[in-house]
Amino acid sequence: MDTDLILRVYPFFLEAAWVTIQLSVLTALLGLCCGALGAAARMSRLAVFRWIGAVYVSLWRGTPALIQIFILYFGGPQIGIQLDSFEAGTIALGVNIGAYMTETIRGAILSVDKGQTEAARTLGMSRWETMRKVILPQAARLMIRPLGVNINALIKGTALVAPISVVELTYTAQRFIGSTYKPFEMFLIAGLLYMVIIYVVGHGINWLDRRARIT
Amino acid sequence: MTDQAFVTIKNAAKSFGKLEVLRDINLTVERGQIVAIIGPSGSGKSTLLRAINELDPLTSGEVWLEGVQINKKLPHRQYEAHVNQVRQDIGMVFQHFNLFPHLTVRGNITLAPTMLKGLSDADANALAEEQLAKVGLSEKIDEYPSRLSGGQKQRVAIARALAMKPKVMLFDEATSALDPELVDEVNLVMKQLAEEHMTMIIVTHEMDFAASVCDRVLFMDQGVVVEEGPPSVIFEKPEHERTRNFLRKHLSR
Repeated sequence: MDTDLILRVYPFFLEAAWVTIQLSVLTALLGLCCGALGAAARMSRLAVFRWIGAVYVSLWRGTPALIQIFILYFGGPQIGIQLDSFEAGTIALGVNIGAYMTETIRGAILSVDKGQTEAARTLGMSRWETMRKVILPQAARLMIRPLGVNINALIKGTALVAPISVVELTYTAQRFIGSTYKPFEMFLIAGLLYMVIIYVVGHGINWLDRRARIT
Repeated sequence: MTDQAFVTIKNAAKSFGKLEVLRDINLTVERGQIVAIIGPSGSGKSTLLRAINELDPLTSGEVWLEGVQINKKLPHRQYEAHVNQVRQDIGMVFQHFNLFPHLTVRGNITLAPTMLKGLSDADANALAEEQLAKVGLSEKIDEYPSRLSGGQKQRVAIARALAMKPKVMLFDEATSALDPELVDEVNLVMKQLAEEHMTMIIVTHEMDFAASVCDRVLFMDQGVVVEEGPPSVIFEKPEHERTRNFLRKHLSR
């Protein structure tokens, strides 16, 4: 193991890790938005919205994220969508994870006991009031852990933007392999940094989950 | 107001596909009356109760409360607004309490009145205290439901329903999920409501309670009302074989 080399390249890896973190945060936020909208559509009273939601989930979960990234980045200009690699990567990954989050959020809402809705509706509360004051506060607690699983997958999934040259961890590792011929060390550093990010985020999610428990 | 019928159910029928769960049911309940609905499980008694506040809408027939038809056929938006309005007058207590676990006892009671009646926080608090005192749980006002026993939960659920100042209360097997030693405290609250002349429709398996508190008893079987009358008649000299069979099983316990 070439420790000298590792010491020389690691500042570049830290910079790349920062890009990975930015990608992850933006992707997660976009994913949550898409997931919330998707879940609302899937549970709508109107069949059109339910259909749109179902198509979204099955298309985006039914094709490789890498293909989705390529379609947006390489295919986009053909239909007038011009994005730099970071933008294309973030949007493609965010919309992709949003399809998974749609199902996570919907699942959490559906797993709140039906008696809760009945009790609230019986008191005279509307569908929306019931959702906002009774169902969502309980569903939010139930979805923290499964959304954590989605976010964990998403962080690792950011590696998929390396092929469109976003200078994140995986791309950086590959670039240094080109000049150093030390794939073992380079991928090891990248892997370790992914692990640190995932470890910290995982703890954050555990902490949230513990705090949100109903006493 | 005279003794005009308060709750009226006319020609009620309900089916799930080919399965008929309610057939041609007629029922009138007068103001202040207490009616018990008894019958074997699957007889449709809970379904009938849940039809009164549109939780399980009827397939055909009418439900009226104080001159207002509850199950009006209306376009979706108007129907929702109408139902939300009339439900405020119909309190319901469930077998499994259905307290909101993320809210304290106070929050459970004040949620609907503040949201739907625009009560101020102070008024809502006073209301919660008043209703809790009624069910004897004043000291639990800041507890979460998970810290209460089953009997206490059900008493809070009753207080929550009463806080909307309903015109009629529906009880759907309110004591069936309770440990035997906790049944009395809930029955006591229901008796107290009876003394205050609350109009109540009670689905129950407890024949003793039905006999001692109710003005009328309906015996249902297979989706129809087999017979109805004052408890003295239904429990002591029922006309129908089906009623006698049912009571034999339930009274011998």
